[in-house]
Amino acid sequence: MNEVLLRSLTPSVLGILVRRGADFAAAEDAVQDALVEAIRVWPAEPPRDPKGWLVTVAWRRFLDAARADTARRRREDRVEEEPPPGPAPSVDDTLQLYFLCAHPSLTPSSAVALTLRAVGGLTTRQIAQAYLVPEATMAQRISRAKRTVSGVRFDQPGDVATVLRVLYLVFNEGYSGDVDLAAEAIRLTRRLFAAIDHPEVAGLLALMLLHHARHATRTAPDGSLVPLAEQDRGRWDTGMITEGVSVLQTALARDRLGEYQAQAAIAALHADALTAAETDWVQIVEWYDELVRLTDSPVVRLNRAVAVGEADGPRAGLAALAAVPESVPRRTAAAAYLHERAGDLSTAAGLYVEAAHKAPSLAERTHLTRQAVRLNTRDRA
Amino acid sequence: MAKYLLLKHYRGAPSAVNDVPMDQWTQEEITAHIAYMNDFAGRLEKTGEYVDGQALSPEGTFVRYDGEGRPPVTDGPFAESKDLIAGWMVIDVDTYERAVELAGELSAAPGAGGKPIHEWLELRPFLTASHNVTECHHP
Repeated sequence: MNEVLLRSLTPSVLGILVRRGADFAAAEDAVQDALVEAIRVWPAEPPRDPKGWLVTVAWRRFLDAARADTARRRREDRVEEEPPPGPAPSVDDTLQLYFLCAHPSLTPSSAVALTLRAVGGLTTRQIAQAYLVPEATMAQRISRAKRTVSGVRFDQPGDVATVLRVLYLVFNEGYSGDVDLAAEAIRLTRRLFAAIDHPEVAGLLALMLLHHARHATRTAPDGSLVPLAEQDRGRWDTGMITEGVSVLQTALARDRLGEYQAQAAIAALHADALTAAETDWVQIVEWYDELVRLTDSPVVRLNRAVAVGEADGPRAGLAALAAVPESVPRRTAAAAYLHERAGDLSTAAGLYVEAAHKAPSLAERTHLTRQAVRLNTRDRA
Repeated sequence: MAKYLLLKHYRGAPSAVNDVPMDQWTQEEITAHIAYMNDFAGRLEKTGEYVDGQALSPEGTFVRYDGEGRPPVTDGPFAESKDLIAGWMVIDVDTYERAVELAGELSAAPGAGGKPIHEWLELRPFLTASHNVTECHHP
C-alpha cells in the first residue's frame, strides 16, 4: 500500500466530515484513527473505494467518540440527524483546510504542525521526530492549535500568503525522522497549486522544485556542505528543473510578480547554467533588485550583495554589503568570501573564523572553519 | 522554531538578587519552589514548547583518553572550578523573545521568604542541523 497515496486522501476526507457537521478538532482525530486503521487493514483487504472506506470509518470513529463523550450528546443527536451525504470531494474543502491550518491566530510552529497532520496526514509521532521534540509536546502543540482555530468558520475565506509562509517553513526547516519534509512540502504545495489559481502558489512550487532538484548534490556523504559553485551539476534532477521552469514561466506570464516567483526565477537561472562560470549573474542581480523592492528584507540585500560581487566584481559586492546591517545572519561569511575574491586573503581568513563562530549550524561552522584553514595553509601547499 | 538551553548554575553565574541557599529556607518555601518548577514544566508541555529538563549532581569527574591500551584517566571533582552546571531545560519556541520571556519566568521561581530568586539563567541557542536555505549564495 502506498502511504503517500493514502495520506493524499486526508484533506478531502476531513473536509467531508466537517461538512457533515463534525467539529474540526474531533473530525481531525477521527481521520487520524481511520488512517491508522487503514494502514493495519488495507494490506490484507484493499478496499475498492479507498476514500469511501476512509470516510465511513472516520465517520464511525467520530460518532463513537461523540457517543463516549456525554457532554457532546446534544451535538451527536444533531449530527446523526444529518443525511449521510456523499458529496463530490470538492477542491474547495481542501483549500479551506489549508486556510484553517495556517490561520493567522496560530504561531508558525503550531501552523506547521497542524498543517502536517490535518492536511498532510502525518502522525503526531512522525511530526515530533521531524522537529526533534517529545511526542507528548507535539501532541499538545497540535491539540492547542486545534482549539485555537475551533471557533473559525470552515467556509471563511483565508489568506493565501499565510498558507505559503507555512509551506515555505515546512520546506526549509525540520530535521530527520522517517519523513522527508522537503518532499512533503512539495506534495502539499502541488496540491494547493491544483486547488487554487494563484501565481505565487505557482512561484513557491517552482522555487521548491528548482531548489530540491539540487538536493542530492548539496551535501557530501559525510554531511559537509558543498557550495553551489562546486556542486556536480550532472546530478541535478533535470525532470524537477524542467517542471519547475515550466510552472514558473506560466506564472510569470500572468504579470503578477511576487517574492516566491522572483526567488524561483533566481533558482531557475542557477539551474540553467551548465557550469558555475556560465551563471547569468547580471540577470540574477536584476531579480534581487525586484526582491528588494517586493520585500525590503535585509537577508535579500545580503544575497544581492554577493550576487553583485559576482556580476560586477568583489569591490562592488563589498560596497553593496556595506548597506547590510551587521546583525543579518551570514553577513560575516559573505564579507569573508568577497574579501577573498578581492585578494585580501588575511582579512578574509580572519572573517571566516569570525563567521564560523557565529554560524547557526554545525555543518556551516565546519565549512567556514575549513575556508579559514584553506587560506591559512595556502603558502605551505 | 528554535531550540534553546536554559542553564542553571551551582556556580559561575552572577549572584541572584534573593541569594539565600536552600538549606536556609523554610519547608514551605522549598515546597513552593518545587511546585513552581513542576508547574512551569507542565505549562510548557501544554503549550507544546517543552523538550527536556534535567538536574545534575554537583559531584562530577573529569575523564580523558590516556593512549592505546590504557584505561582512561580520571580527575576531580575540582572544588575550585569556575563553572558548575546544576541543570537545564530545553525549550522549542518560535522566537528568541519567547525564549527570553520563559527564562525570565523560570528565574522568578520563589526562594527565601517566598520571594522570587531572580536567579541568572544562561540562555544558549542550539546549533541546528543544516537546513535547506533557499538561494543563499555564501561560499
